[in-house]
Amino acid sequence: MALTREQMAQRVARELQDGFYVNLGIGIPTLVANYVPEGMEVMLQSENGLLGMGQYPTEDELDADMINAGKQTVTARIGASIFDSAASFAMIRGGHIDLTVLGAFEVDVHGNIASWMVPGKLVKGMGGAMDLVAGAENIIVTMTHASKDGESKLLDWCSLPLTGAGCIKRVLTDLAYLEIAEGAFVLKERAPGVSVEEIVSKTAGRLIVPEYVPEMQL
Amino acid sequence: MSGFDKRVASYAEALDGLQDGMTVLAGGFGLCGIPENLIAEIRRKGTTDLTVVSNNCGVDGFGLGVLLEERQIRKMIASYVGENALFERQLLDGELEVELTPQGTLAEKLRAGGAGIPAFYTATGFGTPVAEGKEAREFAGRHYVLEHAIVGDFAIVKGWKADRFGNVIYRHTAQNFNPLAAAAGRITVVEVEEIVEPGEIEPSQIQTPGIYVDRLICGSFEKRIEKRTLRD
Repeated sequence: MALTREQMAQRVARELQDGFYVNLGIGIPTLVANYVPEGMEVMLQSENGLLGMGQYPTEDELDADMINAGKQTVTARIGASIFDSAASFAMIRGGHIDLTVLGAFEVDVHGNIASWMVPGKLVKGMGGAMDLVAGAENIIVTMTHASKDGESKLLDWCSLPLTGAGCIKRVLTDLAYLEIAEGAFVLKERAPGVSVEEIVSKTAGRLIVPEYVPEMQL
Repeated sequence: MSGFDKRVASYAEALDGLQDGMTVLAGGFGLCGIPENLIAEIRRKGTTDLTVVSNNCGVDGFGLGVLLEERQIRKMIASYVGENALFERQLLDGELEVELTPQGTLAEKLRAGGAGIPAFYTATGFGTPVAEGKEAREFAGRHYVLEHAIVGDFAIVKGWKADRFGNVIYRHTAQNFNPLAAAAGRITVVEVEEIVEPGEIEPSQIQTPGIYVDRLICGSFEKRIEKRTLRD
């Protein structure tokens, strides 16, 4: 069975470490915050200028001056700090974020990522995505393995305009966890109940399949 | 001491000298920390052909969105413009030009503009459409793109509190692009929720020192929330 969005978030959460500063993108990445293991502390960065994002507010806590990068109202946790947007991106570009999780339309074997623009459709902007992929050493891309029409999103070359070049090393899809090395996707784990054959058939880019591919632990 | 008193008596005075074709830097992220009364005053004034630099362009009917209604903006420099149907239509009709800029690059362009740095190299956008036509250079095996600073004819800024010297503090994440815009304006206009007595704000807590501020006015704010999200 393909992973649900929640299961994908659970799998990503296994990459968290105590004391990590983490930036979570919109969509599935946001759900990762719900699966921080018990007893572990992580600090969530929101690129508008908040380090230490807390829960959504209660009615009483609701404050128009307290929002996250998705423009949702939020709170600040104990230990949080707030700063201007240049300082926020200095943190990001300067490589100070321990883990960045974001979605994508396509990823390729060269580590390129396309996530912001579909030609012919109206372009709304890249927001902070280009800065995030350019600045982070440790990035996990979360996306479905194939489009609704069955087209693979794991390619030899991205077909859409790029968000960043040569910056992605790890991809979690609803079918598999893969790493990118030496011009290929390396299949590291498969979703529970998903066969290697299915993953092979839905991966358009060059794929290396090790002799043993373990089932993913959630 | 009146030379340091930045207070002006009206919004009309606050934006005196703003002319057609000028570049306006606006603080705010989404609808958070936007100079809503100064935007409303630009609408009232009817200044047109503006280049507006702001992370977003408001929503239909609020924030910078109101300047679209009167077709006062010719060009928008922003990182994300997705919340605005009128914006989309004017863009598709060719009435509006947009220069999409990565959020961190936009912030740094303003920071550099205020700091007297004409341009800087960043890895952001290398190998993407954003880098097309721009000078690139390699440092220690990595590729970087040359990005130019932005300076505005006017900066419109929303602070929380200020004293009459124009020393400003911001509230929570309403800070965002505001101090960056404040430093990068040739004429910087700040509107705040409260003007306090000098000395009331601890000098070390001041986020925008008065040297950057030319005009200061106290307003009242709707502070509309774009995405009201509550926990259960």
